[in-house]
Amino acid sequence: MTAFVRDQWYVAAYGREVGRELLGRTVLGEPILLYRTEDGRAVAMSERCVHRRFPLSQAPSRLDGDRVVCGYHGFTYGTDGGCVSVPGQQRIPRTARLKTYPVVEQDSFVWVWIGNREPGDTLPPRATWMDSPDYTVVSGMEPIDGDYGLLVDNLMDLSHETYLHGGYIGTPEVAETPITTEVDDTAGIVHVSRHMDDAECPPFYAKSTGIEGRITRWQDIEYHAPCLYLLHSRIAPVGAPGPNPDGSDPHAFHVEVVYGITPSTEKTTYDFWAVARDFALDDQDVTEFLRGNNHTVVMQDVVALNVLQKSLDTEPAGYQELSINIDTGGLAARRILARLAQEGAAKQARTVAR
Amino acid sequence: MTPLHPPALSGEDVHRIHWVLGTDRLLAVCHCGAQREFEDPVELWDWLLGHPEDHRPGPASESAPASTPQPRHAAFA
Repeated sequence: MTAFVRDQWYVAAYGREVGRELLGRTVLGEPILLYRTEDGRAVAMSERCVHRRFPLSQAPSRLDGDRVVCGYHGFTYGTDGGCVSVPGQQRIPRTARLKTYPVVEQDSFVWVWIGNREPGDTLPPRATWMDSPDYTVVSGMEPIDGDYGLLVDNLMDLSHETYLHGGYIGTPEVAETPITTEVDDTAGIVHVSRHMDDAECPPFYAKSTGIEGRITRWQDIEYHAPCLYLLHSRIAPVGAPGPNPDGSDPHAFHVEVVYGITPSTEKTTYDFWAVARDFALDDQDVTEFLRGNNHTVVMQDVVALNVLQKSLDTEPAGYQELSINIDTGGLAARRILARLAQEGAAKQARTVAR
Repeated sequence: MTPLHPPALSGEDVHRIHWVLGTDRLLAVCHCGAQREFEDPVELWDWLLGHPEDHRPGPASESAPASTPQPRHAAFA
């Protein structure tokens, strides 16, 4: 399995999912309860009652004002995780406290910090298109029955679009066009660029942009290990002028594909997906087309990765893989994740030893 | 030689790997300037991450980007 990386921000939910109903999510194996206080603040704490470990997101557990009441025996907790009431006695045990998690709401995501230390000044990486008035966004979340490393592998090598997503976003040119890979090991960023000068326009873009002929198609991946994946997609008719030196690019259509890759357990993953576009902003037909089409594409990946995980589970330990040129970015991501996990484990060991 | 893809990342420890157009070879460029071609990405990463072992600064062509401007991405800032 791909080792977990601690001391990092992870997407736990979309902001719209966190409200006055109790929501349970498991991140890096830790069950987390999410809800919004009466004044609108998102909070996150352990989802298991300290008493008999009843899941606090499960009915009849409920909110009473900003307090969480366990549905089994009534243990009641404040937003700081502290227990304020236990049944039938005055004394509240000193250890009756739920672990709380630092939360940041940013770019329509609710991020939680999973780690042994506090985040300090560290903030989650940005995906500003998600709530920008200049973009229209469709988004969703699909659980995957697989190691999160399988999703990282999948997204870092888009040549699979030609085969797994043919007829949707894949065309022959994706697999045929060489890539350039850049890795900033210190920052934990992998950038993979594939620029197609003259390519078939796949239905995903033909129907949403109205382009009928061939296109220049740029795919620039920017992976911020471990959780945030961005695909900057630029589409323009062949022959259209390129971007201006100041970065403006009025002759092209831009789609920002955003993924939150959140490990849930060792072999389950939350796949938060979003597609933000800077054209046809108010066209509901385009919105519904992109929502349906991209959901289909996401599910093609989900089904494939579920099958792959099942298959890998039958392999003897130490099975061999073969990597080729298209895997350069994926290999870089794997190495960064391994290094970050190792550093996190070393910090944890030092903390335990103290 | 085919112009190399313009750099997107600007950190000091950036490794760049160019797929040499028209071939099956990968050109690895270390942040120290050393360059070497490979046919296997696993060997390539072993060499890059083995810096400074066996890294001799090569021609500085990698630092001269092609002229195509890039669209602006806020997250690159």
